[in-house]
Amino acid sequence: MYSFRKHSVFFSLLILLGLCGFSLPAVADFDAAVQALNSKSFSKKADAIIALAETGDEKAPVVLQAMLDSRLYYRKSDRRVVIVEKIDGGFRLADAATAQPLGEAGRRAVKKIGINNKLRGLLRDTLARLSLTSKDPAQRLAAAKIMLGNVNAATKPVLAEALARETDADIREVLETAAAMSDLENDDRTVRLRAVRLLDGSLEPEVRNRLNRLLEIEADQEIAAAVQQAIKSIEFKLKFNGFIETVFFGLSLGSVLLLAAIGLAITFGVMGVINMAHGELIMLGAYTTYLVQLLMPNHIEWSILVAIPAAFMVSGLFGIAIERGVIRFLYGRPLETLLATFGVSLLLQQLVRTTVSAQNVTVENPAWLSGSLEINAALSLTYNRLYILLFCLLVFFALMLILKKTSLGLQVRAVSQNRAMARAMGIRSKWVDAMTFGLGSGIAGVAGVALSQLTNVGPNMGQAYIIDSFMVVVFGGVGNLWGALVGAMSLGVANKILEPWSGAVLAKILVLVFIILFIQKRPRGLFPQKGRNAEN
Amino acid sequence: MILGRFYRSDRGGAFLLAGLFVLAVVVPVLNLAVPESSPFHLSTYTVTLIGKYLCYALLALALDLIWGYCGILSLGHGAFFALGGYAMGMYLMRQIGDRGVYGNPDLPDFMVFLNWQELPWYWLGFDMFWFAMLMVVLVPGLLAFVFGWFSFRSRVTGVYLAIITQALTFALMLAFFRNEMGFGGNNGMTDFKDILGFDLQADGTRVALFLASVITLAVSYVICRFIINSKLGRVIVAIRDAESRTRFVGYQVERYKLWLFVFSAVLAGIAGALYVPQVGIINPGEFAPLNSIELVIWVAVGGRGMLYGAVLGALLVNYAKTYFTAAFPELWLFALGALFVLVTIFLPKGLVGLWKRKRDTEP
Repeated sequence: MYSFRKHSVFFSLLILLGLCGFSLPAVADFDAAVQALNSKSFSKKADAIIALAETGDEKAPVVLQAMLDSRLYYRKSDRRVVIVEKIDGGFRLADAATAQPLGEAGRRAVKKIGINNKLRGLLRDTLARLSLTSKDPAQRLAAAKIMLGNVNAATKPVLAEALARETDADIREVLETAAAMSDLENDDRTVRLRAVRLLDGSLEPEVRNRLNRLLEIEADQEIAAAVQQAIKSIEFKLKFNGFIETVFFGLSLGSVLLLAAIGLAITFGVMGVINMAHGELIMLGAYTTYLVQLLMPNHIEWSILVAIPAAFMVSGLFGIAIERGVIRFLYGRPLETLLATFGVSLLLQQLVRTTVSAQNVTVENPAWLSGSLEINAALSLTYNRLYILLFCLLVFFALMLILKKTSLGLQVRAVSQNRAMARAMGIRSKWVDAMTFGLGSGIAGVAGVALSQLTNVGPNMGQAYIIDSFMVVVFGGVGNLWGALVGAMSLGVANKILEPWSGAVLAKILVLVFIILFIQKRPRGLFPQKGRNAEN
Repeated sequence: MILGRFYRSDRGGAFLLAGLFVLAVVVPVLNLAVPESSPFHLSTYTVTLIGKYLCYALLALALDLIWGYCGILSLGHGAFFALGGYAMGMYLMRQIGDRGVYGNPDLPDFMVFLNWQELPWYWLGFDMFWFAMLMVVLVPGLLAFVFGWFSFRSRVTGVYLAIITQALTFALMLAFFRNEMGFGGNNGMTDFKDILGFDLQADGTRVALFLASVITLAVSYVICRFIINSKLGRVIVAIRDAESRTRFVGYQVERYKLWLFVFSAVLAGIAGALYVPQVGIINPGEFAPLNSIELVIWVAVGGRGMLYGAVLGALLVNYAKTYFTAAFPELWLFALGALFVLVTIFLPKGLVGLWKRKRDTEP
């Protein structure tokens, strides 16, 4: 055992020595190249940059990036090249060649290594070339995108080399586009024509700009026609993608509307109770999210998953309390119910204002909800909207399932269709009322969790949704969940399609006016209830 | 003779008119004739405050006419009030003339600020008082006519009507918040100087506006009472209690409803026009759905379907609001919220109903 350890120490020493012996010249080259960056003339600096890139050292991109960002200085005392970081009253230094920290220094002790525009271009190209050979695919993709429209005689072989080596399909596509863009300048017209054909339909913004410029100078008739064709197809594709994006934004707005309205579709649609405090139940759900995040500050990632059932419980219990305390005295008097629940909404708002805060609170977004899904260069969908769209459909179908397949759902439908008969069959109608109202309110709370990820959370947030929610339910047809789905989605999409040419506020007004007119024409909504139930 | 019959048929109304008469005499005297050092002096601030309450009372009267007697719950009556107020505001704005901050003789300050070159067409004529007064009546009336014509013809009733009237006032609020609309956007209109050549800040003008409010309220009350006691009023109550039956008997329900709705909107507009010169500002906040719903609770607290109940409710709730928001600002929304809940559950006929019930049980 002992001998082995002794041997191992010996061997490691040997290896270390060998390594040093082997790599010492490389380190020396690298060091020399770094120090050469501090040359007097710009042309010598350019040579040093090229030399630095050729060493293949993995610290080279760091140094070059620092130079590009004007963070590369030299120390006046020993002329060592350093990378600086600004701190109060001076700089923190690190050796550029070895990355060793060198302590702090005053402003006078160091001097910046100047660069000009030509060097800046060179640095960018070199950095792009270095990252094209990086092992990280994300870095390679980013480098490839920089190459778009920036290919010149010097970088062209690099591009060809990278293209030959690249296996990732996405990166290959970008590289091919870059190569085709550089081919647009080729003297051979067949090469140019082929390049134009290749660029046909590419969504990169640089490609369109380049083709537009080419159209102005191109003398060859055939190529000009091809360029025109390519631009046309690119513009069509862009329009199509823009349209898809608008529809997505519309669906996203629709999903928010649906989430807000779906609980109302139960309480108003199924029970016929006007609950003006519905918006405040949404607000309570959002505040529950806030409180859950306060309780588990180290697990923000999971807080949403905890908040969903918590908000359901909180809003549901408040809902049951409202039903038992206020609404049950007012069944059959819808206008009075409206006024009383409006009073409840004021009470809840003031309750939140006095217990939590009158100001808006910040609800944090977990990391998995931020960022966006990039479909192509012209279209990317943000994750939070995407998830909320999915979540809203999930809630919708879960509710559908509860109403259609569970015994509670059966009883709810029975009571809403014929209360007296349902009671005669042994259903406790009062208990069903409370449960139905609790269910609708609980869903409002869940909507609050989702909305807390999109908008500001404050005591007044509920009021913003109450009118919209009623509009959705009334538009879709009271007592019809499918109506609410179709209503919310079509209102959302209509709003977003109107927005570009009329502005957000006017779009909203137009949609409201449209609904007001629509109600005049079809007072019972898109999907009116049929049969005996529709009469009262 | 007529007075005696009026007293017997409408005792509450008689008390109300007597109260208004007393106000009309006492308030100006206490404000103008009693010296400021005297404890009986009434400050101009208080005069304006009472004038403001009276405007609210007129608005409540307008709502009670359609809600209490015809069962039409409008959650957008604040919109008619605000439109009347805006018409008055536009007149007062034109009266400022070149005394504005920018000194432009034609354009109000906010238009100069937005770099507008000339007055939009819908501002033309508002420098004339009679035209502005015509608009105070016409604009709310026309909106109510168009809205009501569509709604009542397609038999939108009850809760649906309540919700779309709320949507109406909400849409108008969003519209008036826009600067491009040319009504001062977010800030609305303020800094008024004078009305018909009289300085708005002078005590005499304030008292005159107060008197105008008292007289308008009293006249409106008498007209409303007259409508309710006429044959028309009986049909309207019949519509409230049994709409289908009234229709089958042969009355054109839509026409009656529409007429009453338009009249009520005009009253609300006049209330707004009296309100603006007294408070000195009009902004899109007046369109907020919350205002319209608060108005409903005034009527509910006083007691609907009695006219004087609405006036009483408006005065009481607004006095409470002034008191609470000054003394316990935190508590006001709690109090208002509780008022909504308690009145609807325990006092379906309002305070007046409580008093009447008591009187009926003790013979």
